[in-house]
Amino acid sequence: MKILEAKNINKYFENPVSFHVLKDISFSIDEGEFVSIMGKSGCGKSTLLYILSTMDTQYQGDLFFAEEKMSGKNSKELAHIRNAHIGFVFQFHYLLPEFTVLENVMLPAKKLDLLNHTKIKKEALGKLEMLGVADQAFKRASRISGGQKQRVSIARALINNPKIIMGDEPTGNLDSKNADNVFKIFKEISDLNKLSLLIVTHDLDFAKKNRSHHRNGRWTNNITIKLTLW
Amino acid sequence: MRTSYSIIFSITKTHLLTRIKQSAIAALGVTFGIGTFIILISFMTGLNGLLDGLVLNRTPHIQLYNEISPSQKQPVQLADNFTGDFNIIHSIKPKNNLIRIHNAIPIINKLKADSRILGITPQVSAKVSYLAGSIELNGMVSGINVKEEMRLFNFDDYVVKGSALDLLRNNKGIILGAGAADKLSLKVGDKIQVGTITGGIIPLKIVGIFQTGLAEVDNVQSYVNLKMAQQLLGQGNNYISNIHIKLHDMSLAAGMAKTISKEYNVSALDIIAANAQFETGTSIRNLITYAVSITLLIVAGFGIYNILNMLIYEKMKDIAILKATGFSGEDVRRIFISQAMIIGFTGGVLGLIIGYLVSVMISHVPMEFEALPTIKTYPVNFDPMFYIIGIIFALISTFLAGYLPSRKAAKIDPVEIIRGQ
Repeated sequence: MKILEAKNINKYFENPVSFHVLKDISFSIDEGEFVSIMGKSGCGKSTLLYILSTMDTQYQGDLFFAEEKMSGKNSKELAHIRNAHIGFVFQFHYLLPEFTVLENVMLPAKKLDLLNHTKIKKEALGKLEMLGVADQAFKRASRISGGQKQRVSIARALINNPKIIMGDEPTGNLDSKNADNVFKIFKEISDLNKLSLLIVTHDLDFAKKNRSHHRNGRWTNNITIKLTLW
Repeated sequence: MRTSYSIIFSITKTHLLTRIKQSAIAALGVTFGIGTFIILISFMTGLNGLLDGLVLNRTPHIQLYNEISPSQKQPVQLADNFTGDFNIIHSIKPKNNLIRIHNAIPIINKLKADSRILGITPQVSAKVSYLAGSIELNGMVSGINVKEEMRLFNFDDYVVKGSALDLLRNNKGIILGAGAADKLSLKVGDKIQVGTITGGIIPLKIVGIFQTGLAEVDNVQSYVNLKMAQQLLGQGNNYISNIHIKLHDMSLAAGMAKTISKEYNVSALDIIAANAQFETGTSIRNLITYAVSITLLIVAGFGIYNILNMLIYEKMKDIAILKATGFSGEDVRRIFISQAMIIGFTGGVLGLIIGYLVSVMISHVPMEFEALPTIKTYPVNFDPMFYIIGIIFALISTFLAGYLPSRKAAKIDPVEIIRGQ
């Protein structure tokens, strides 16, 4: 099944001058695929990711998530889809600093409201355990190290058992050891759960290391976005 | 699909508790506004009630009396010979008859059946002179039905020495105004001679001294039993000079006075016409109270607005992440609105409590004025309505103060915030 499919996505920035940043982008991601978007800084990688993530709705073209059309849905419906099916990992982990690590992980599940509190807590502790930060669970999120924060944010991304994880430079803020760790975790998760991954990175090292083959998207940009398959 | 309140509340709670100082300052702003409102309005309306009560409690809602006035129809107009002529009569004078109400007893009986009327008491007024030793003082004696006066007009409140009930027991008793008693150097138990217009002198025993706080009354007025007053005037049982009516609802006074006056052909004066200045004074004082309180609440509201605005700027990243992980704009708005409401509610309740405590304190401060014999402490009005208004106002003003910032929070575009890093 195609988890994510983009058809002829076009995006313009109007300020300060009209600029056609994404030109006719079409591609798809299948279940369990690990796809990375690469390109030079400023070429529109993140812009594309935010469109694919349903957060940015200002584009032309069609976006399908699990073969359901996303374009034209209202912000509340999109929020629900993000909550239930998409996990996010950002460059700057973005944990809520006043909450404990555990609360941060539990929050999206509480929002989804499918399980009761005890079960959510158990799930969350399980995810933290898997990422090796269970001992930090009851600390404030602002009190743990950068590498730990990134693992916690991966745990948070996984809490609702999403269909896909999207990452915007998830290793951009980490040293190489921690970065390697994060990618190892991604690979494990992907293998284990048939989870799709869509990662934006400029880390060519990583891309080379992990590239198995090149998928041909229709790249007609004046800048290059390479779609790399695991 | 609507997010459950428990999660909204847990985020709200964490935001408020981690910034406890800011939250407390915002709540204290509301507390100050509501507390001051309660204190001000309780004290002001208490004072208003005191001032009004001073006059209004003892003033009948409608007084019936017979005004001395010349006859409207002169004999010449009744004579057939002169109909159609243009008659000019000079120097018309009223007839010298007593200021009694004709058919007073039937009027009273008829009015007693009216369900709007709380009670009716007849009075007999007589001009007299008080004689004690060599001093002679002009005065006014009112014959009253003691029990009814006590029930309807709190007569006993003003009897500062002796007792109103003693008058009931002693037909030859008199309750003298404090000013008159002073001038005559008389006290309870003393004898006083009362001289009537017709020349008779009747000795009476002072059973009480009353004080209203209004010197013009205390210096001349005294009270005896109805029968004694009729006796002073040399009149029978059916001689009644005033009828005092108290209504269930004071606001009906003006209208009823008019109809009674027409129906029974007597003069009728309603309380509002008699005391117009009190009505005006009360409403102006209330207006000032409300204006000051509302100003305080608006200032408190701006405080909340500011703090929430700041909080939202600080929380931009958090809002973006909440939205990225699936919280909708509405959820974010509810988080910040509920923060404002919690601040408003706790601040408001605290304000009510503080307002109440200070009001209780004020109500125990002794206040002794010669002119106000029945008042021992400052008057405070503990009307529960003020507390209801107070908390409703706190909630409304904080809702408004929270609404705009929270709408801004709801509209934050997470992409801009996350990309801005």
